[in-house]
Amino acid sequence: MGELNKKSAKILVFSTEKISDPAIDMAGLMKLHYPPTVYTISIPCSSGIKSSWILHAFEKGFDGVFIAADGSDCVYGETCTEKTGALVGKTHELMKSNNIDPARLRMAAICSVCSDPFVKQVRSFNEYLLKTLHP
Amino acid sequence: MKKKKIGVYICHCGGNISDYVDVEKVRQAVEGEDIVFLAKTTMFACSDANQREMVNDIEANGLTSVVVASCSPKLHLLTFRNVSQRANLNKYTYVHANIREQASWAHSDNKIGATEKAIHLVKAAIAKANYAEALESNKVKAQKSVAIIGAGVAGMKAAISLSNKDCEVILIEKEPFVGGRVAQWNSLSTTTETGKEIVKRLYDDLITRDNITICTNSEVISNKGSVGNFTLKIKTTPRYIRQSFHPEDLTRAIEVCPVSVPDEFNFRLTQRKAIYKNYPGEYPQTPVIDIKNCTRCGACEKVCPAVDFNEKEEITEITVGSVLMATGFDPYTPGYGEFGYATSENVITLPQFKRLIDEQSGTLVYKGKVIKNIAYIYCVGSRQTKGDNTYCSRNCCTSTIHAAVTAKSKFPDINNFHFNRGLRTYGKQEILYADSLRSGDIYLQSYEDGLPTVTIEGNKTIVKINDILTNGKEIEVEADLVVLVTGMVPRADNKVGTLFKLPKGRDKFYNEIHMKLRPVETVIDGVTIAGACQGPKNIAESVNSALSAATKSYSIISKGELESEPLVAIIDQDKCTWCGACEKACPFDAILKVEDKGKIVAEINNSVCKGCGMCAPVCEPDAINVTACSSTEIMSMIDTLV
Repeated sequence: MGELNKKSAKILVFSTEKISDPAIDMAGLMKLHYPPTVYTISIPCSSGIKSSWILHAFEKGFDGVFIAADGSDCVYGETCTEKTGALVGKTHELMKSNNIDPARLRMAAICSVCSDPFVKQVRSFNEYLLKTLHP
Repeated sequence: MKKKKIGVYICHCGGNISDYVDVEKVRQAVEGEDIVFLAKTTMFACSDANQREMVNDIEANGLTSVVVASCSPKLHLLTFRNVSQRANLNKYTYVHANIREQASWAHSDNKIGATEKAIHLVKAAIAKANYAEALESNKVKAQKSVAIIGAGVAGMKAAISLSNKDCEVILIEKEPFVGGRVAQWNSLSTTTETGKEIVKRLYDDLITRDNITICTNSEVISNKGSVGNFTLKIKTTPRYIRQSFHPEDLTRAIEVCPVSVPDEFNFRLTQRKAIYKNYPGEYPQTPVIDIKNCTRCGACEKVCPAVDFNEKEEITEITVGSVLMATGFDPYTPGYGEFGYATSENVITLPQFKRLIDEQSGTLVYKGKVIKNIAYIYCVGSRQTKGDNTYCSRNCCTSTIHAAVTAKSKFPDINNFHFNRGLRTYGKQEILYADSLRSGDIYLQSYEDGLPTVTIEGNKTIVKINDILTNGKEIEVEADLVVLVTGMVPRADNKVGTLFKLPKGRDKFYNEIHMKLRPVETVIDGVTIAGACQGPKNIAESVNSALSAATKSYSIISKGELESEPLVAIIDQDKCTWCGACEKACPFDAILKVEDKGKIVAEINNSVCKGCGMCAPVCEPDAINVTACSSTEIMSMIDTLV
């Protein structure tokens, strides 16, 4: 990691191709800066994320995982919000049983124009993770 | 698994990437990867020359997969998939890494961090490419119809263009009449046709076409589905006047209406009734009752049997393949006291001035006063140094000079004084500037830190400027009328944009994917943009973009089917124990319960599966994966990103 990155937590973002990817791209276009140790993996829908992926990320050394959820904008239907919520709940339980602070997994609905909210979310998540994991 | 041979191309994007990301360092970091056969940097990965080089590399070296690290996949994923295809590789073996929007631009404040991130992103793409398989696209039926939202000149022109093709068009206009802003103008520059005549010509053409449905007084209130199949609900507000009416009865109905409200069509310079048409030749020809301001006194009903207050609001549902947004702009409204606006009765906006000179003849009079000296103050609400509108509104210099020249020819006694910040009468519009100079107009100029001031002294309105064209000399004009040259701002009512989640740029107008390469497409697949909803444009520019958007919208749906990503869920039937959880989770009824080798298992109906993956996390034995998004691929990407 570069000298400037010492103060950044490693955050894995699960983002969706049609909804939150455009918002994250637009954050870059608008030069809304956020920590460079925030990495995005694109998936079709946030309700298709497996708990095992999230646990794998923690096991490999990520400080936090952020789900940029489709929310009510999901192109696959209205049940996405409920299902994403359920998988986050299930993963929180698994994290607890593995002695991982559940607050290291966050979720927020990020719509296709939510560039500002995305940047605010990952910045505040970064601060939380630095405070709790790298004080 | 046969060992992959991957080609990696890292793009400078001119300097958009390489100004912040050390692309050579990225190349060096990945070239030693076991499965990377070659790694190159390129100035523009999307250039024809580089595309040809990629095809040669794939064919000459027998590459099995390609990774390009460049801009957002929204821009060039298809470009490079097509390159793979041209080199006889399955296009789904191509993997894209976004190191511009998600590295160089997002971290332009931290070049080391941006480079480190780019390296990780490219390595993750290589990891994904290692598992990328040859896939076949799914076909989805697409409606051969386009909904155009907004029946101004851009929307009408797009409708005619689409109608010439094999395509149904639904033209939806929120206002009771078509024509948008152009219907408000009489004379226009570079043409002898008036705005109203242009609208009439387009409308006369529209109504002769069987495949165009015009819905006025209508707005889209809900949107479901996606490209190929958008289901829209349209709310139509009644006109409260039946279509067959006697014109004389209606004239009497308008006369007897006791209501008087400011007329927005004339920029509140005049009053109108609750039953109205904006101008006699307006389309559709049936007037409308403004029910919000109508007192229901019944006077109109008594003289006109066509008035019908029993007409009800209608909700209709349509399904279209593509949506073309042409919702236009609002003129900027100056703030209270901005250059004397609303605090001096001698200060008006450019749209008001244009209506004023359209409506008058002989002597120019405003509020009972004969007008001789007119001061035009440019860039009001545009190119702001304090405020959100930092952009130039493009057409207002030309529009002002055109109005000034028109006013001078109509009212020869007036004097025009232009307080500007540098004129932008580009292209043929320069002719107007020359006309204005020849007719004696005076141009005074300042920078943004020395704007002109408007002061009221008794009943005089004084405009002062330190004119940079005369070495900063203070010059003042006693103006009978001050015209604030207001620019274009995005529509205040953006409900329909919110409905489609259309992204907006820094100027708050709708944003295209790429201003040069994909200028009318949005990140919402199947939704195109045209006209001034995208940013300030004059009529010719709006029409150009409308024709482009119409062609793009049609190209999406022209085959009647769309190629969709070959994403489907795959069941590992050895692992599956049929608990039914996946069946419950699937919103598309794509999961079947079948018997296989004496065991009850789940099976995917590929023709209805959309590849959302909702079934995968609920599967306790982890028997479900989605193509191109399997646990193996995701976890291998995580391994490289950390």
